[in-house]
Amino acid sequence: MDAAITKLNYRQYLARFQSLIALFVLCVLISLLSDKFLTVTNAWNVMRQISVNICISVGMTLVVLTAGIDLSVGSILALCGAITAGLLKNGIELPSSNLYVGFTVLGACVAGIIAGSLLGMFNGWTITRFKVPPFVATLAMLTIARGLTMLWTKGFPITGLGRKFSFLGTGWFLGIPLPVWISGVVVVAAMIITNKTRLGRYIYAIGGNENAARLSGININYIKVAVYTIAGVLAAVGGLIITSRLDAAQPNAGTGYELDSIAAVVIGGTSLSGGRGSIMGTVLGALIIGVLNNGLVLLNVSPFWQQVVKGLVILAAVIVDKVNSKNE
Amino acid sequence: MLVADNISKKFSGVTALDNVCLQLHEGKVNAIIGENGAGKSTLMKILSGVYTEYEGRIIYKGETVRFKNTKDAQSKGIAIIHQELNLVPHLSVAENIFLGSEVTTPIGLLDKKQMREATKELLNRLKLDVNPDTQIGKLKVGQQQVVEIAKALLHNAGVIIMDEPTSAIGDKEVKVLFDIIAGLKQEGKVIVYISHKLDELFAIADRYNVLRDGRFIESGEMKGISHDRLIQKMVGREIVFNSKRNLLGEAKVLLSVNNVSLNKDSERDKKLLKGISFTLNKGEVLGIFGLMGAGRTELLETIFGLHAKNATGSIIVDNKEYRFSSPSQAIREGIALVPEDRKKDGLVLGLDVKQNICITTLDRMQRMGVLDSGREASLAEMYIGRLHIKTSSAKQLAKNLSGGNQQKIVLAKWLATAPKVLMLDEPTRGIDIHAKTEIYKLISQLAGEGMGIIVVSSEMPEILAVADRILVMCEGIITAELSAEDATEDKLLIKAIPKTI
Repeated sequence: MDAAITKLNYRQYLARFQSLIALFVLCVLISLLSDKFLTVTNAWNVMRQISVNICISVGMTLVVLTAGIDLSVGSILALCGAITAGLLKNGIELPSSNLYVGFTVLGACVAGIIAGSLLGMFNGWTITRFKVPPFVATLAMLTIARGLTMLWTKGFPITGLGRKFSFLGTGWFLGIPLPVWISGVVVVAAMIITNKTRLGRYIYAIGGNENAARLSGININYIKVAVYTIAGVLAAVGGLIITSRLDAAQPNAGTGYELDSIAAVVIGGTSLSGGRGSIMGTVLGALIIGVLNNGLVLLNVSPFWQQVVKGLVILAAVIVDKVNSKNE
Repeated sequence: MLVADNISKKFSGVTALDNVCLQLHEGKVNAIIGENGAGKSTLMKILSGVYTEYEGRIIYKGETVRFKNTKDAQSKGIAIIHQELNLVPHLSVAENIFLGSEVTTPIGLLDKKQMREATKELLNRLKLDVNPDTQIGKLKVGQQQVVEIAKALLHNAGVIIMDEPTSAIGDKEVKVLFDIIAGLKQEGKVIVYISHKLDELFAIADRYNVLRDGRFIESGEMKGISHDRLIQKMVGREIVFNSKRNLLGEAKVLLSVNNVSLNKDSERDKKLLKGISFTLNKGEVLGIFGLMGAGRTELLETIFGLHAKNATGSIIVDNKEYRFSSPSQAIREGIALVPEDRKKDGLVLGLDVKQNICITTLDRMQRMGVLDSGREASLAEMYIGRLHIKTSSAKQLAKNLSGGNQQKIVLAKWLATAPKVLMLDEPTRGIDIHAKTEIYKLISQLAGEGMGIIVVSSEMPEILAVADRILVMCEGIITAELSAEDATEDKLLIKAIPKTI
């Protein structure tokens, strides 16, 4: 009996740390194949590259935990980045009333984030008020926000945003790149929310059993709107980082990012049917994707093969997860 | 004859069945009895091909058989009707009954007409008056169970295993079911019948087989054994329960329900509840009895604020009048509802015991906006102790507990809100005698402390045992009010049966 329990724990242990183990194996493999991988410069490179995906994926994790999905994050990222860049560069000009409002870096960033929160809130509103399935509601927002981005930028990149703003995406603080700081803060905050607050508990409860949650007196709609709003805000944060790093708001920025972030969430072991998963898992998922991308580039694998490999890794992660939860 | 020979089964190291031998006879109703966790369901799942890994042999019609899956078992003539319904909510009644064995026309298209006709026939046999095209999700739990039974009848199985078939159906359906079972018996089928309701077993079963803690205890003819002996064999000890307690001196009205009506969501002019008014006193256990479709569940849900859009009327709690708005409002008024279906509405199965118990009172568990796990743990531990919840720890997932213990978690999370009025919808559905007795005792104790309790049940013995006063509902109205002393099963039933012309 004792032996059985120990064996079981050992197995659960393995299951629990499967993404960590996978990441470790991946790192060892790549470092054996390329001597450029295991360097400080490259490590910061990877971290900086995945910081945007981590921000988005944290929001996505919260949404997926409620058994929802947010396909609009890539477009929201682009729109918010463009709004910030536009305000920073051109301000608001109303020639008719002879009005011009200029924006500081902080003001423009705040405006971008507010825009993200409003777009996310709109997602939550359509989903809860009109019972539009999250997939459809956010698919619509994916198109809407992209269209608005094109309108705002007139289809051209907004460039030349100044050194102060580009510090956000390229600067260092205490020996660590600023985007890594930002994504780190986001991750820690989200871990506290999910593990330590009412909001977090309610998110798990709604994803696990919405009926029981409603009958427990939880305001389901309020929680869902909050979650989609957070996802919007974090997409906007991602938009700021990327715009700042490139010193340009590209109208087609963030295309396909929703898929990368869903992949990170899924590889991290969060169940798409809700109620099960963690922020830490998602971070590991994002790391695995980031390291994989980086490794494949270092090894000169063709971009076409990179996509194939990435897809296979996602499949493998989900299959391993299924097998493990079956054994439980 | 179906024989289970030395069957053992372990779940990740924990023994669920230990060398169980059973003989199930043809032309007889073989009752399998035992408390929850005794291994009944596990054994039935092995017999019906749900679990394919086990030690020992199954011998059917003189041959050792080993089923690859449920479909294999079904094709060899063994059908099971699970306690948890296995129906697809979005498919129609006919589509569900024929799921996996659809009838097709010669060119391979679905022969919907024939399936619909066959469904009608089956439903007629079970006296269930619903359209074969109705979506399953729109039926009440009781009606869904009848559809499950129809599904097994379709396969014309030689062995029919029924796991708590009457746990959710009204007395009218129980009688119909018993008639059907009697008919199947005469055709020489092996009927395996699992139930906690002993009265029912004495009415229908021919043989009993007792399991306890995964072991086979004894079998024999029902005729030769008494009610009490059987219980003793199941639990290994005698159980006595007496709910009658002294009522509090003066009756003080705690809750008044005034002229509550409820419209059906889809059909605005159809009323599920019509002008219901009653009062509940402090320290009183009010029983509400009614057959399926009487509106019992809807009444509780309306009081709890779940149907705010379609309901009219009001409630008065502590001299304050409230309109219906939302469950959170009802909770603030001091009302709690333990729902009928604990897995669907009561628990978040993927969360642990502690998190489920604390979910209604998280606002009290915070310190500077952050949850205090110490406070949560102490609340959970208190209720685990007080309600005797059997769990390895407060961190065990709710889905790993037995039905009775799950029900206690749902009770605990509502007791944590310190309600003035506790509404219980079928509080002992599908749980074993031991846990049942504990819940009755708890109801009695809580009422003694001054809580007002409403118990809705379709089991008359339960209502008669726990209630001080009984309301009978029929088709959305209250047809009778009886004191516990005056009430008999006959009186309740007469008032509960619709007078159709």
